[in-house]
Amino acid sequence: MNTKRERSEVSLSLSGGRLAVATAGAPVAVPPGAAAPASRRSRSRLRWRPLGLVSAAYLVALTVASLSAGWWAPIDPERQDLAHALAGPSAAHWLGTDRLGRDVLIRLLLGGRITLVSVVEAVVVFAVLGIGLGVVSGYFGGWVDRTIGWLSDLLLALPGIIVLLMVLSVFPGETLATMVVLGVISCPLLLRVTRGVTMAVRQELYVRAARLSGLTPLRVMWRHILPRLAGPIIVQVFLFAATAVLVQGALSFLGLSAPETQGPSWGNMVGEAAAVTGQDGWLAVPTGGIIALTVLALGLLGDAVHDAAVDRTRSAAALPTRPARPAGPRHGSSPTAPPGPAQHPALLSVRGLTVAFDLPGGPLTAVRDVSFDVSPGECIGIVGESGSGKTVTARSLLGLLPPHGRVTGGCARFDGLDLTALPERQLRAVRGSRIALINQEPMSGLDPSFRVGSQLAEVVRRHRHVGRAQARAKAVELLATVRLPEPEQVARRYPHELSGGMAQRVSIALALAGDPALLIADEPTTALDVTIQAEILALLRDLRSRLGTAVILVTHDWGVLADVCDRAVVMYAGEVVEQAAVTDLYRAPRHPYTQLLLRANPHVAPVGDALPTIAGTVPAPSEWPAGCRFRPRCPYAEDVCGSQAIPLVDVGSDRTTRCIRSEQVGTR
Amino acid sequence: MTHGQFLLEVRDLVVHYGHGRRRAPTTAVDEVSLCIAAGQTVALVGASGSGKSTVGNAVLGLTPAASGTVTFAGEDITHAPPGRRRALTRDIQAVFQDPYGSLNPSRTIRQTLVEPLLAHRGVEPVPARAAVSEALRSVGLTEDVADRYPAEFSGGQRQRVAIARALMVRPRLIVCDEPTSALDLSIQAQVLNLLRQLQRDRGVSYLFITHDLAIVRHIAHRIVVLRRGRVVETGTTGQVCEAPEHPYTRALLAAAPVPDPVAQRARREAYEAAAVQR
Repeated sequence: MNTKRERSEVSLSLSGGRLAVATAGAPVAVPPGAAAPASRRSRSRLRWRPLGLVSAAYLVALTVASLSAGWWAPIDPERQDLAHALAGPSAAHWLGTDRLGRDVLIRLLLGGRITLVSVVEAVVVFAVLGIGLGVVSGYFGGWVDRTIGWLSDLLLALPGIIVLLMVLSVFPGETLATMVVLGVISCPLLLRVTRGVTMAVRQELYVRAARLSGLTPLRVMWRHILPRLAGPIIVQVFLFAATAVLVQGALSFLGLSAPETQGPSWGNMVGEAAAVTGQDGWLAVPTGGIIALTVLALGLLGDAVHDAAVDRTRSAAALPTRPARPAGPRHGSSPTAPPGPAQHPALLSVRGLTVAFDLPGGPLTAVRDVSFDVSPGECIGIVGESGSGKTVTARSLLGLLPPHGRVTGGCARFDGLDLTALPERQLRAVRGSRIALINQEPMSGLDPSFRVGSQLAEVVRRHRHVGRAQARAKAVELLATVRLPEPEQVARRYPHELSGGMAQRVSIALALAGDPALLIADEPTTALDVTIQAEILALLRDLRSRLGTAVILVTHDWGVLADVCDRAVVMYAGEVVEQAAVTDLYRAPRHPYTQLLLRANPHVAPVGDALPTIAGTVPAPSEWPAGCRFRPRCPYAEDVCGSQAIPLVDVGSDRTTRCIRSEQVGTR
Repeated sequence: MTHGQFLLEVRDLVVHYGHGRRRAPTTAVDEVSLCIAAGQTVALVGASGSGKSTVGNAVLGLTPAASGTVTFAGEDITHAPPGRRRALTRDIQAVFQDPYGSLNPSRTIRQTLVEPLLAHRGVEPVPARAAVSEALRSVGLTEDVADRYPAEFSGGQRQRVAIARALMVRPRLIVCDEPTSALDLSIQAQVLNLLRQLQRDRGVSYLFITHDLAIVRHIAHRIVVLRRGRVVETGTTGQVCEAPEHPYTRALLAAAPVPDPVAQRARREAYEAAAVQR
């Protein structure tokens, strides 16, 4: 599975209750195999490994001993020794003797043959029918699925024990028939699991792509679907094998299958032990014990094999070399080159912010030395590609870094508080009320089971001490603030009744509930259509002018940046590369990256010839080059660019760039 | 063309969704017609929910058509049986939006790339190894990537692999469903250039599905604009982009912000003025 694409959800409780602003974080710089679930998984594998090995060894030994007992057994299992009937363990009889003085160990091993063969018969039927029908049912759907589903419901509705008794009355004492029927009537358990997983896997894009490659359904199932089923199948099969041991034992105990006349079996030996419990309690220990041990071993082995199988597929899949888009980097100017003279005292002042992720191989810096200021009412855009660190930067301001991330340097002053050093309790008080977050996925912040109005009212009550009715009125007022037509009526709707654009307006209303001085909008329009995007951007501009809220807009879209922002912080590979007022930035970019990216933009590139491109790809944090991080892709690069860390330099008023050749960039 | 003027002809295509017994089906695509000549690119443009991907799926045979016809090289393939469909994959291939999901993470690049050959064994005698390295070269990758797993590659590289897979059987038509929208700006241009170059070299046709009119200008010969499952405008790229006739096309063009604050302010004011009139 691709750890990069799994959107991790960080949800931040604004109100302690059900109301939460959830942030659908882009997967953040997950280092190779460092995903939390994977490490948990490997720990559990370690825990299971010895038990799994012991179980496997026990089962193998039991199988070998049982199947070969006929050849090597030193004692005839039927040889009676009435003088030593019901004896306890001794050197001659390791597990004692039964009431006819026969050796219990040898009889158990011989009896094991019947059990093992029965289990194999039942499991084969169970697996073939369960997997086969389940995959076919899930893959083809439609009437095939309905027919198979109907049959499996029918089988599940049959009382299993009665069916088995009927079979035994037709084939008295016939183990094979019983076990085949047991496999058939149990197969719906496996069938349902495989059907469910198949239906899910079938939706995967790569399965669709394989079909479009022209593979036959059988090949698609074999190559792409079956490997994904391994985990659930293994668990079900081992559980069923344990069940088969018990069922076979029970029937044999009742004398219905493998009666004593056909030789020893575990079931009839337990029966015999039960008959003599009054005289000798020991006999029940080895006979019952072997059944219990075998059932236990099957269960433990199933777990171990499942974990190992899942691990293998994961480790093949989870080796991203590129850090999944580290959430946006914050842009800032370095302490050495503070952003231009601020006319107003800054609302937020970020200095030298550095964020690292703790990976198994040591800490990895995802964002380095970011500094910038946000004045009251100002809109700053943090722009960059995936992996540039723009989201990480924005998230770190709210203390919403993903699990392995932490701020390792710098500070972020807001209202006289250093956000990066604030304990979680105080940070929670700032979040939502003074600084609010707007997400890319509007729905992720809304609870599907509550009406929009009541969710909003709850957040309002969280921030102000007002009564229910007042909170309710304020909620409707907020919905009107975000320009939703008929706010009263919208308040009564559930989130699923909203369109994407309306949902984003509602989540903006949620963010405004605490009258924040600063809104952090993380790709707020990326999931929306272009016409809806224009409306939301218009709303953001409108809110700024009406409420005077400052905005940090995290985006990858240079058009969005140009549309709403006053100033831009351009990030590349975890660093700020350029910072300028947007009009200056677009008119005359002073960093090669900005310049080339703007040229490659299909909006402005001339039609006809090949589009201008930037060679290469955005490097992963582990592959960031020394010196200038853009150097390998830069047409202006010289030797000196690689030999030293490039500082941010002032190039005009309130303008910085991280390029020592910015003069040439400006003139070309 | 021996079979007619166009490589692909879609006529009055209707696709329904939701075949419930109680609910009436929703019409996702309503009487859509479009034609693609050999070596041409037709862009299918619209917002999400406009039915643009559904048209692509109907052409690929992934979604059944309720009525209308899909004709490929003179052959009516609207209701082609599964066997014929599989044979058609020699000529019609697809590249999807999400390069992360479209490659099986547990199979190497080579295993993924030979799949189309497996399906058409006997038809394509080229040894698989040579075919894989040729396909990788044609998308600008080297052969040594073949034995690695998709997780080792960036989005742009994976999209190149997905394109290489489509090229394995030398198709005549590739349905590209938002092939660049998951990619970074600096990578997007590389992939668009690659698609154009492949068209020049091999004469392949594209049905290019996208929501982004800005990239359409660079890749498409003709544009079909969809809204709520219906075609609202169709024409050459120049006509549609420079002189859009339908108000919806105008809105789509005007709503996308351009990366230039001064120009964008003017556009925005014009757009908002137009919106007030609407």
